Amino acid sequence: MTNQIVQGILLGGYYALIACGLSFMFSVMRIINLAHGSLAILSAFALWLLASRFHISPFLGLAIVLPLMAVIGWALQRFLLERSARGGALLPILTTFGLAIVIDNVLFEQFGADTRSLAPFIGSLSYDSWEWPGSIYVGKLAVIIFVTAVVLLGGLQLFLTRTGLGRSIRATSEDPDTAGLVGVDARRANALAAAIAMVTVGLAGAFLGMRATFDPYAGATQLLFAFEAAVIGGAGSLWGTLVGGIVLALAQTLGAKIHPQGFLIGGHVAFLIVLFIRLSTSGIGLRGLLHLPTGKTP
Amino acid sequence: MSAASPVIERGTAASRIAGIGVIAIILLLALAPQFLSAGAVDRMTALFIYVILAAMWNALAGFGGLVSVGQQVFFGLGAYFAVRLANAGLNPFVSLFVSAVVVGAVSWPISLFMLRLRNGEFAIGMWVIAALTHLLVNLDRLIQGETGTSLISLNVYDASTRRLIIYWLALASMTALLAILFGLLRGSTGAAIRAIRDNEDAAASIGVRVTGTKRLLFVLAAFGIGVAGALWLATAITFQPKTYFSVQWTAYMIFMVLVGGIGTFEGAILGALLFFLIETWFGGTGVWYLIGLGATALVFSLLLPRGLWGTLEERFGWRLLSVGYRVRLPINASDTAGGTASPGQVSTSREKA
Repeated sequence: MTNQIVQGILLGGYYALIACGLSFMFSVMRIINLAHGSLAILSAFALWLLASRFHISPFLGLAIVLPLMAVIGWALQRFLLERSARGGALLPILTTFGLAIVIDNVLFEQFGADTRSLAPFIGSLSYDSWEWPGSIYVGKLAVIIFVTAVVLLGGLQLFLTRTGLGRSIRATSEDPDTAGLVGVDARRANALAAAIAMVTVGLAGAFLGMRATFDPYAGATQLLFAFEAAVIGGAGSLWGTLVGGIVLALAQTLGAKIHPQGFLIGGHVAFLIVLFIRLSTSGIGLRGLLHLPTGKTP
Repeated sequence: MSAASPVIERGTAASRIAGIGVIAIILLLALAPQFLSAGAVDRMTALFIYVILAAMWNALAGFGGLVSVGQQVFFGLGAYFAVRLANAGLNPFVSLFVSAVVVGAVSWPISLFMLRLRNGEFAIGMWVIAALTHLLVNLDRLIQGETGTSLISLNVYDASTRRLIIYWLALASMTALLAILFGLLRGSTGAAIRAIRDNEDAAASIGVRVTGTKRLLFVLAAFGIGVAGALWLATAITFQPKTYFSVQWTAYMIFMVLVGGIGTFEGAILGALLFFLIETWFGGTGVWYLIGLGATALVFSLLLPRGLWGTLEERFGWRLLSVGYRVRLPINASDTAGGTASPGQVSTSREKA
């Protein structure tokens, strides 16, 4: 039991990783990017391609793929989201949903329906583990993912609160017009935020590929995980995302224990329960479940 | 008619002709199986189902401002309950409609919960509901997981009778659902619906019951999509949860409404027709067809968010199935009476998608 809890917590690190980009973008631009999961899968496929064709280790491949993801994020904001956000709050949902369909099917066209994994390209890391007291075996990869998540969340928090660029992003998320008055370039801040979010997505995609399998249509599931973890974590700070990820993973672990097919059900049910509690305690006028008060200092 | 006061109209000459045209088309469609091949009858049935899906998603998103990416939940449940009810001994055709009523009833408690979410959160929250429902349906022994089952009891009817009955049921369902939606939009609820569509906060401030009206649209859309799912089951016979609970159905709905014209009554029908033609011509190209659909939706949302009908309507002042009111100012009334009114003179049906 302790073993499963430990594994659940570590898995929560992955969910936090995939969720933080989603809630970050929502906090800054008030957009839920429905192509979020598909972009993570895109990153995983890019790494897989580099590894299988050019024998570049996925960790080394990140040096190519992450900058690429940043460019994609920047372009996404500049050419798609910025334009569609002008048409109201509903249009970006449709735009990003269309984008998700395009990405999924282009990946399917290129790579076929086979499930892939990056595990064969990372040597023994995919199965190596440490023994902890109480004969608990924890995978080295799972620990690496968890630590990466913690470092990334902490780094993002520091970036937002301690640097000029971070402050300009926070100012834009609070009030783009007023930020513009004091000389913050809102377009630049938004594009930068999107680029950062896509780097986290790229990283999440890489870890998904290493710890599990993926196929061209796996994006939807990852999007749901990201959304659930972000909502469960709630509007605390970026650290809330980590808590959300862990709760989601533990609920899935519990679900799997109750019923062989209960893994996903457990996660969805936990999400709905948290949603129900938050909706019934917050009263009417709930705006932005995902919104992180980025202005809050740690 | 006093020359000093503005003239308020509920339609144009074109819309009155269109009204008669619609009745003629429906009568023609009812007789059409006499002249169509079996394959064509099946295709037409599919078209009717697409029109239902487009109209219902449009009712929700275009008029209620509720963009859902999880409407496949009601499509899947419509089919699932039909299988369940038929298995319990109900006549398969009757079970199709009882099933849709059950779907409508199920959507009520869901609405209590989900309608408090906004925009993207509602959209993706509905997706979670769809994913969860899919998993729960898989647990039903009768369905046997992803293997699925069939609406076996439909086999007592021979193939050609079955085809005709389903065709007429689909036509009747489509007509009835469109009529309900049309009546709703033209009536006093319609004014509330359009007020919410145009500005939710402003509507609430002048006393429009926003949540109640949205709930009505949500339940209607669930019921309609439930009908569509049950009818699809009747044509396909087999029920595999994966196919029915696929997000692809919502992708189709979004495509049809976005291309046709979100928030316009005619737009959804136009979109369904276009989708039907595109599917007929390019459906065989498999994955490229899907890429094309996604890309088209993407481009329309960026460049033509009002869709084809919305754009035409705005440019030429067209009204075929008019649900709103038109106010014609008396100045130069004789100049504009027969022609197209400029956007400034038409105070209704101006929307933001």
